[in-house]
Amino acid sequence: MPHWVTIAVSILFDGLAYAMFLFITSVGLSVTMGLMGFVNLAHGAFAMAGGYIVVSLTRSLGIDFVPSLLISAVIVAVASVPFERGLYRRLYKSTDLEQVLLTIGLAFMAIAAFTYFYGPIPKSVPLPHWLEGDVNLGFRSFPTYRAFLILIGAILITILWYAFERTNIGAKIRAAVDNRRMAESVGINVDRLFTLTFALGSGLAALGGGFAIQLFGLTPYFAVLYLVLFLIVVAVGGLGSLKGTLLAALVIGIIDTGGKYMFPQAGNFFIYAITVIVLLIKPAGFYGRE
Amino acid sequence: MAVSEPATAEETARTRAAEYLLRRHYFRWPEVLPWLIAVACFFVFPDRMTFGSQVLIMIMFALSLDLILGYAGIITLGHAAFFGLGAYTVALASLKLGWSEPISGVLAAGVVAGLIGIVAGWFILRYRGLTLLMLTIAFGAMLQEAGNIRSDVTGGYDGMPGLTFDPVLGHFQYDLYGHTSYWYALAVLAVVFFFVRRIVYSPFGQALTGIRENVRRMHSIGSPVHRRLVTVYAISAAIAGMAGALFTQTNAYVTLTVFDFDASAKVMVMLILGGTGRLYGAFVGAAVYMIFEDKLSKLSPTFWQFGIGLLLVLAVLFARRGLLGVAETAWRKIVKRSAP
Repeated sequence: MPHWVTIAVSILFDGLAYAMFLFITSVGLSVTMGLMGFVNLAHGAFAMAGGYIVVSLTRSLGIDFVPSLLISAVIVAVASVPFERGLYRRLYKSTDLEQVLLTIGLAFMAIAAFTYFYGPIPKSVPLPHWLEGDVNLGFRSFPTYRAFLILIGAILITILWYAFERTNIGAKIRAAVDNRRMAESVGINVDRLFTLTFALGSGLAALGGGFAIQLFGLTPYFAVLYLVLFLIVVAVGGLGSLKGTLLAALVIGIIDTGGKYMFPQAGNFFIYAITVIVLLIKPAGFYGRE
Repeated sequence: MAVSEPATAEETARTRAAEYLLRRHYFRWPEVLPWLIAVACFFVFPDRMTFGSQVLIMIMFALSLDLILGYAGIITLGHAAFFGLGAYTVALASLKLGWSEPISGVLAAGVVAGLIGIVAGWFILRYRGLTLLMLTIAFGAMLQEAGNIRSDVTGGYDGMPGLTFDPVLGHFQYDLYGHTSYWYALAVLAVVFFFVRRIVYSPFGQALTGIRENVRRMHSIGSPVHRRLVTVYAISAAIAGMAGALFTQTNAYVTLTVFDFDASAKVMVMLILGGTGRLYGAFVGAAVYMIFEDKLSKLSPTFWQFGIGLLLVLAVLFARRGLLGVAETAWRKIVKRSAP
């Protein structure tokens, strides 16, 4: 294989894995923001919490990595419900500013609490043998962990797409995103729908947080550092759009990986540049409603 | 008679509106208080003036945010961009051009940040809500990354060492205790404050409040909304830049952390804590925040961060108008009770 093809394949592969992480973590945020217009800056904190629960499950209880991911997602999904019922619900009709302040306050509290219990040093998790090393796909080999992440991402996309486009609940969610008042007046309980999607979105964020440990190393500041990325994916993709979130995750994941490969010193510059350009041209994102 | 009546009615309305604006603009005696406290602090804590000047700089930064957030209703999580632009303007001017005169440096920083504020504002202020929020965050982050790419010029996250500035007014040297810094920062803050106060009580300020309260109505009565927002954004950017310039001059040091997302969030927290849209909220919020941070973060940075988060949550749930709002409500209750 010529050299540049090898590089292009590597960038595509790593970019795809990154995009899957971005999609899994951000999709819940996109749907809840689309449903209620709620600016949730604590979403990253749910992802961070999920990551730390995985650390505890694997390190302290000796549970395998993959079941830990699932357990942690369920725990965070369940734990997010009281937050939505008790705090978020009070502010649905408030201004953006109040929502920003409440959720940034929650994120700060989460960072402090997790620093207190886990310390500020990056954590890692023990991986099972079959996730380590490389996997041979015939024409070349790839890191197994990233391949696994891509596989899980693809499965989740299929499930979410089916649930969104083909089931009754999915139709209700789409209706509520399009026109909340109309959906309510035909008898859809948007509040309950929102609690459900909020829990699901937080659970998925926790799953993403679990995957992130091995990719970036987990510190309490994950809650704020990566939050900006999730918000960018949501804003660029368009609120409440599954398709948009996926497209934004792919664009940002692949361009950022390529950019970092070719200009290592540029950091996240490309991500921000793409964001500004896309939002200036399409303020509501790829598939958002103007 | 019948013809002149509507004219008189209109005239009375005009006079009344003018009187209302003028009355708001009159100084009331409690407004002396913050300045008296600032001067008193110098004599009570002469050895804490380095910290004191940092408080004054943050007050100025928070004041610039109040102008756009409190009066015009623009939500931004990227205001540190302009603070950082000002900070780097004086740093680079001193290091590369040998321009170390402090007062002209502050003015130059204001001009640079203000001009970039015009350009950035012209682009991003057409949007609202999440899009606007993301654009402000991305703008600040882009400047930080650009500074990191050219870390040969900016010094990157290690900072720019060896900055020196001329004595203020060619006479007052910067001293170890921060005495010069304190008076210098206080003087700049006073000038900026009276300028901001003039703006918010002017018809222009009234128009901004109108935009905050109901942008559609402002459009429909023919107010040039976008132009007004860009104007106030540029003014606010210039003030933030001047605060940043003071920051570099008084610390003789600057790193790329001035562009941090945390810095933007922090100044917003200060303003919210004090109360938005009331000028003195910036004073109370920044001072209270900085003093608590100084005391508590020495004890335990973790608890301090938790406390700030809790405070924000409680403020949103129970005290949406900030500390000054709470004080005002309490004061009204006392007055009511004592005068039945």
